[in-house]
Amino acid sequence: MKTDPKYKTVIGMEVHLELKTKSKMFCGCSAYHFQIKPNTHTCPVCLGLPGALPVPNKKAIDWCILIGLALKCQPAFESKFDRKNYFYPDLSKGYQISQYDLPFCQKGFLEVENKKIRINRVHMEEDTGKLIHKKIDGRAVSLVDFNRSGVPLVEIVTEADIYSSKEAIEYLKKIQQIVRSLEVSDCDMEKGSMRCEANISLTNNNKMANYKVELKNINSFKFLKKGIEYEIKRQKEILISKKNPIQETRGFNEKTGKTFSQRSKEEAHDYRYFPEPDIPPIDISKNQLEQIKKELKELPDEKFIRFTVELGLKERDVQVVLKNNKTTQYIESLSQLASKDELKELLKIVVNKRVDIRKVSPKKLVENFRNKKTAKLIGKDLLLKIIIKVIKDNEKAVKDYKKGKLEVIGYLIGKVIAESKGKSDPQLVKKMMVEKLKNGI
Amino acid sequence: MLNQLTIIQALKGLQEKKFSSQELVKDCLKNIDRVDKKIGAFITVSRSKSLEKAKKVDNLIKTNPSIFKEKPLLGIPMALKDIYSTKGIKTTAGSKVLADYIPPYDATVVKRLKKAGAIIIGKTNLDAWAHGSSGENSDFFPTHNPWNLKKVPGGSSSGSAAALSSSQCLMSMGTDTGGSIRQPASFCNLVGLKPTYGRVSRYGIISMASSLDSIGHFTKTVADSAFVLQITAGQDSLDATTPNVTVPNYSNKLTKPNKELKIGLPKEYFSEGVDSQMRKTVEIAAGLLEAQGHEIINVSLKTTKYACPAYYIIQPAELSSNLARFDGIRYGNSRSFFGDEAKRRIMLGTYTLSSGYYEAYYLKAMKLRSLIISDFKKVFKEVDLLLAPVSPFPPFNLGEKVNDPLKMYLSDVLTISVNLAGLPAMSLPCGFTNDNLPIGMQFIALQFKEEVLFNVGHQYQQLTDWHKKRPNI
Amino acid sequence: MKKSNKKILSEKQVLHIAKLANLELTSKEVLKFQSQLSEILNYIKVLKRVETNNIKPTSQVTGLKNVFREDKIISSLTQKYALENSKKKTKDYFKVKAIF
Repeated sequence: MKTDPKYKTVIGMEVHLELKTKSKMFCGCSAYHFQIKPNTHTCPVCLGLPGALPVPNKKAIDWCILIGLALKCQPAFESKFDRKNYFYPDLSKGYQISQYDLPFCQKGFLEVENKKIRINRVHMEEDTGKLIHKKIDGRAVSLVDFNRSGVPLVEIVTEADIYSSKEAIEYLKKIQQIVRSLEVSDCDMEKGSMRCEANISLTNNNKMANYKVELKNINSFKFLKKGIEYEIKRQKEILISKKNPIQETRGFNEKTGKTFSQRSKEEAHDYRYFPEPDIPPIDISKNQLEQIKKELKELPDEKFIRFTVELGLKERDVQVVLKNNKTTQYIESLSQLASKDELKELLKIVVNKRVDIRKVSPKKLVENFRNKKTAKLIGKDLLLKIIIKVIKDNEKAVKDYKKGKLEVIGYLIGKVIAESKGKSDPQLVKKMMVEKLKNGI
Repeated sequence: MLNQLTIIQALKGLQEKKFSSQELVKDCLKNIDRVDKKIGAFITVSRSKSLEKAKKVDNLIKTNPSIFKEKPLLGIPMALKDIYSTKGIKTTAGSKVLADYIPPYDATVVKRLKKAGAIIIGKTNLDAWAHGSSGENSDFFPTHNPWNLKKVPGGSSSGSAAALSSSQCLMSMGTDTGGSIRQPASFCNLVGLKPTYGRVSRYGIISMASSLDSIGHFTKTVADSAFVLQITAGQDSLDATTPNVTVPNYSNKLTKPNKELKIGLPKEYFSEGVDSQMRKTVEIAAGLLEAQGHEIINVSLKTTKYACPAYYIIQPAELSSNLARFDGIRYGNSRSFFGDEAKRRIMLGTYTLSSGYYEAYYLKAMKLRSLIISDFKKVFKEVDLLLAPVSPFPPFNLGEKVNDPLKMYLSDVLTISVNLAGLPAMSLPCGFTNDNLPIGMQFIALQFKEEVLFNVGHQYQQLTDWHKKRPNI
Repeated sequence: MKKSNKKILSEKQVLHIAKLANLELTSKEVLKFQSQLSEILNYIKVLKRVETNNIKPTSQVTGLKNVFREDKIISSLTQKYALENSKKKTKDYFKVKAIF
């Protein structure tokens, strides 16, 4: 999409990720809430019953820090939880336990297409319950299910370093890829385990915008892209008409493709943060950090470099593989079992889905591959005969080769392979062909 | 008149089979029927449930005489401030917001007391949400002082104090956020223990101000108080603010009196603003202890004057957040059911936490809290414990202060420093006013040094019989 | 203690605080709280005079740090218990008036 050079789009993103711990953030209820009978995974703590107290889940905190480290953040040595106070029917306690001035991780970055997007903070909080809007007996009501209340939620906030819808999507996909590789969240936008908000504004002649529009409640990459683009257009039109867009929260209507104003949660935004008195402060020791770092596996970018440079695999194929943890692991196993050359072909088989990796183990695939190969190849004598035939039939090419046009060899090898109906090993053909050409038939 | 017994006397009687638990419970219930219409100590009386339980207890005792080792409070009828969550028993916090709320779970302390064999005879009245110093803020009815029905019993644990004082039970549980156990204990001639913050689990007890709430109890004697803390104290995995500090055997330590303690009298607690009868009575008690061999030292806690303003920032701020969950969706009634005092404190706390005021109020108060703590630390380098009056004045008339919130707030002036510092303190009877109203004094010790309070308190009760006096009702 | 008649809070502020606190006040209550809260705030003001620049704030007194639970599931309340105390509910849900 073309933008008027006068107006520069500036976007900051807030991404919420639900962690896939077994239990919730502050109580022992199961954190699994997708398509579960409503209000069956609750207890005094996450239901906000009088007198109940929170006790933080150690694993969730470790995983929050792990995500921060993967995003090259500085972990906090001294941290704490704070209360964020506001009223909403899905917020059982009337406050959300979150982090205010001492988040677990700060000041990181993520490289997206050779551009650094700075991460402001990565902090830990708890999810709210879920609202369902319905009509009952002709009256509009909202129904509340607290199964999701208290599920661990990590929030990742960027600086306003994103300048287009494309970058926004790339950023999100990268976060998804990294966090999935850490195996701490499903990052599924449709199921809501990954949610994002984009703060969008346009600056005019490098002047900072005096407003920002918060685009919220979007559940797919496609809609996010459309939403951002619609906002850019909308805001530009307002600016061109010499008006100022108002600061507000907007939602995205999937049917019309337009954004719409949402009455802000509480018109007076004042969360009255203060240190959570029910939870003692948290120090992250060097020791604990070392433990967490052990879990920090090779990140997708690092893996990409190893696969392409060290193993010499095709960039495009590797990109496809790295999108998914299962295929990534599959290729990792194959690389332990097969030679570099074999791996290249095996990668193709996997990428082109000529194998069902859920059913065939890497070991089995390698075995099958090798068996087929040896069964298929024609004998050396026959191959030699074909090579001689090809040399004879392609006098011009042979002449060119001898004159120094070495690339012609590819053409000749191709002919041999075609003649053998594919039942020959290109490496071997090349070796024998070069020999023959050198020594004469 | 078994309901007049102390816990230790009653346990002895039960063990020696002089009477049954059923008789004990029946005597308490009979007394409730006789006096509570006048006093208003109970919101809920668990008549049939407690009798049922007593019957089971009697069977247990019959079949297993050594059961008391496992269940040290077996058969003891007790009352809980109606802010303790009790599974299946209505828990109102004294507020119409929770007029019909029935918790699906027990507070940790309730679990421990039940496990120890105690019988919950009922739930007691309180200033709604524990906001108050007179008991008059109950949304249901005020509680009257058994010593003089025109007077307040003190608050906010008003019903628990009045119920025990008039022998409607053998012990009762309260909460002390700014003096809510010690002050009513002093108004009703009882021993009131406010343990160290974190010594007793808060889980399941409706929070007032999370960083100040302390879970304690009323008993007739210091020995009983030590006995009860043995059961309620200790780390709880459901309350992250309970440290793993060993619980000593409190009762054992009572028998070895330490007669060479250094006892500090903080001069700020004996100032002009404190009624001279209260001051003099506590000074006489100090003299008595000195005669026993203890050393009495005059000390100063200069930050005392900041305690009240700091407290009235921190406490409303925390409670404004703690009361946010009461939205009438999952339980209880809507927020319009909050009484005046709750609304006032919610408003005050909301304001001091709000954008632009946080630094000037809440942050400032937290810094003053540090100063108050270091002030205590300094003094405790010189002395083993402190002795002071509990209330600046004796029990006052119902209605006297109810329309002047600030005046009511200032009645906590001698108790709240202890909450801000998280220290243990115990109020115990030390005399009477000219109008025959009880006067209490409080001992204050270092964190987790409840045993020192018990030790000196028990010595004092061996020498005096103020604690044996009962109201004539 | 000096009494000041100056109201620290305006009516508008009282209304704003009530909104933040999710409380609906009658006009009578607004006036009452305006004067009572102003009086209390006026009393609290003495703190402003105390020098606290280099003092670390205390929000908890136990000195505890790093208190956690392991990631283990313990049984939840049944749906019946979860919904039991609610006055506004359907078979499976809590019910509130429409948010949107």
